[in-house]
Amino acid sequence: MAESISRSLRDGCLEGEHAPALTIEDSLACPLGSHVFDHFLANLASQIADGTSQARGLVLVALNRSPSFYIDLLRRKGVDASLVDKWVRILDCYSDPLDWKDRIPPLMNVQKPSTRENVSFFRDVRDINKLLSSVLDLGKGFVGQGKTRFAVAVDQVSNLLRHTSLPSVAGLLNNLRSNDQISCIFWLIHSDLHEPRVSTALAYVSTVVASVQPIMQLTDEHRSRRDFLWLEKNSCKAKFYVRLKRRNGRVKLLAEELHMDQVGVKFAAVTSENSFVNKSLLPKVQFNLQLSDQERVDRAKVVLPYEHQGNGEAIQIYDGRRSLSDDQKDPHLVQPSTFSVMTDAQATSGNGEIHYIRDSDDEQPDSDEDPDDDLNI
Amino acid sequence: MNPSPPPPRDPDLLEEALGLGRGGSPPWRLAFVEDCVETSGAFVLHHFLKRALSTEGDGTVVFLGLAQPFSHYDRVLRKMGCNLSVQRNKNKLHFIDLLNLEFLGERRLSNEKGENDIEIGFMDLYNRILRSIEAIRSKDYNGGWTTIIIDDLSHLEIAAHGSAKHVLDFLQYCRSLTSEMDCSLVILNHEDIHSSDEALQMLSHLDYISDILIKAETLSTGIAADVHGQMTVIIKDAPGGLIKKLHSFQFKVKENGVEFFYPGSRF
Repeated sequence: MAESISRSLRDGCLEGEHAPALTIEDSLACPLGSHVFDHFLANLASQIADGTSQARGLVLVALNRSPSFYIDLLRRKGVDASLVDKWVRILDCYSDPLDWKDRIPPLMNVQKPSTRENVSFFRDVRDINKLLSSVLDLGKGFVGQGKTRFAVAVDQVSNLLRHTSLPSVAGLLNNLRSNDQISCIFWLIHSDLHEPRVSTALAYVSTVVASVQPIMQLTDEHRSRRDFLWLEKNSCKAKFYVRLKRRNGRVKLLAEELHMDQVGVKFAAVTSENSFVNKSLLPKVQFNLQLSDQERVDRAKVVLPYEHQGNGEAIQIYDGRRSLSDDQKDPHLVQPSTFSVMTDAQATSGNGEIHYIRDSDDEQPDSDEDPDDDLNI
Repeated sequence: MNPSPPPPRDPDLLEEALGLGRGGSPPWRLAFVEDCVETSGAFVLHHFLKRALSTEGDGTVVFLGLAQPFSHYDRVLRKMGCNLSVQRNKNKLHFIDLLNLEFLGERRLSNEKGENDIEIGFMDLYNRILRSIEAIRSKDYNGGWTTIIIDDLSHLEIAAHGSAKHVLDFLQYCRSLTSEMDCSLVILNHEDIHSSDEALQMLSHLDYISDILIKAETLSTGIAADVHGQMTVIIKDAPGGLIKKLHSFQFKVKENGVEFFYPGSRF
């Protein structure tokens, strides 16, 4: 399924349609969203470098991590450095998002980090219109005007939402995906930093929502025991849920498992290993809570003492009450008035009823009233 | 007669957990220390301060003192065997005294960009950090690692009239410094002073951006005379990513340092 997302980003969009848009969301309980983002970014960059994708270039809006991190990442993932310089443009909103650095005196005697040709600074993330035009200008700069398309990746929408409103951010993403020069767009959001409506609003402007969810839920017991086992487990494995919106309006929900290793993320079909996780959640005790197969067979063979033990009669199990047929055989045992209350219809309907006849006035009433309150003392 | 060998020193579990070797740069950029009212995490800052200024390395420190004055740290560190006044004179420590820091409120919008006095105040503070780094690296600088320590973040929130957004913007700039200027950032904050909504904004965000999370807590088994608390160190392979290692141990704060040990190893 992660494969199909990669294919969808690679294939881009049809003429006259919105570009495919992917939302990747995660939370602190399982903070692997950035690794998933890196995975799709590296895949798309290598496809662009190979010339197999519809997009002929990639504009990366870096809000959360420095451009040098992404250049290193793509190199580590095997994308040729010269091709990265050629086909990837990075809009650096990380280093100086609020234009502070231009307004304070420059540092003396301190070596400034060198800037690369394919990195452009953006210094006012509060201005969404300017950000939109910067992304488009950067994309048009290397693919030109014409029919050629480019891809856009926004490394973290959460940072953008700190500076601007939700409608502005949703508007930006919508304008990008409806632009006829954009092939595909994807972004990451930490869903637990915002109200639920934020994730929902962004899900409406995306065609695929990939949600990274914890394999082991944090329980009160973990909290009280300050147990970090759940965190360790969730940081190397996660559930990967994908909500896919088809063109005809059908929504498909698919699930995969995500495994982390030192190289990156790997996706696999859901295994039954989850049952192992559930089992490990059971309290650890000295004795077995489950029966083995052999024990089950042995238990089935045991003849219970109240059963007829194979002497030819029908096996009847005494359930503590007299059956209706016995009552009919011995009518003295049941008050006639009571018996007449049960009609055939009620009997056949199978509804249970309770018939109660008070034996005498000596019986204690059920209510809280004082039984001696009529005594004239 | 040969002098008897010194008794074997207990391994410093915190140093081991943080991956700090002798001198050189730490393998992380942003460490977030989280404490609570019952168990102060200030001793972790003392530990970082002493380690950064130790004679073994060439480290330098920019210290943002929001909670305590310089004289307080000077006394504490002197007992730990580190003279801060000397270090300050040697240009290895820049202590920025921010005890009376308070930004004006958002009453007036100062320019067309919508910036207010709080943001301008944070910009000035960022500028002071830059100037300190500049001063440290101006003369006799031999390429040592610089550590920026903030004690504590909740005072920055108070100075910003509770505006978490502005504090996070400031931290974003401090964070970008760590990659541009080869330095690391250590921040102390309290986990029990935020409402659930504020925690969403501040603590969760810090958790996402930190490479190391150090939690100082009370003992889960209750109060003990010889154990002052327990500590959990979570090391991530990247901010907000895969957990590389998880360490848990207990500690006892002494006059001249902190003793770390595994649960059950002290009787």
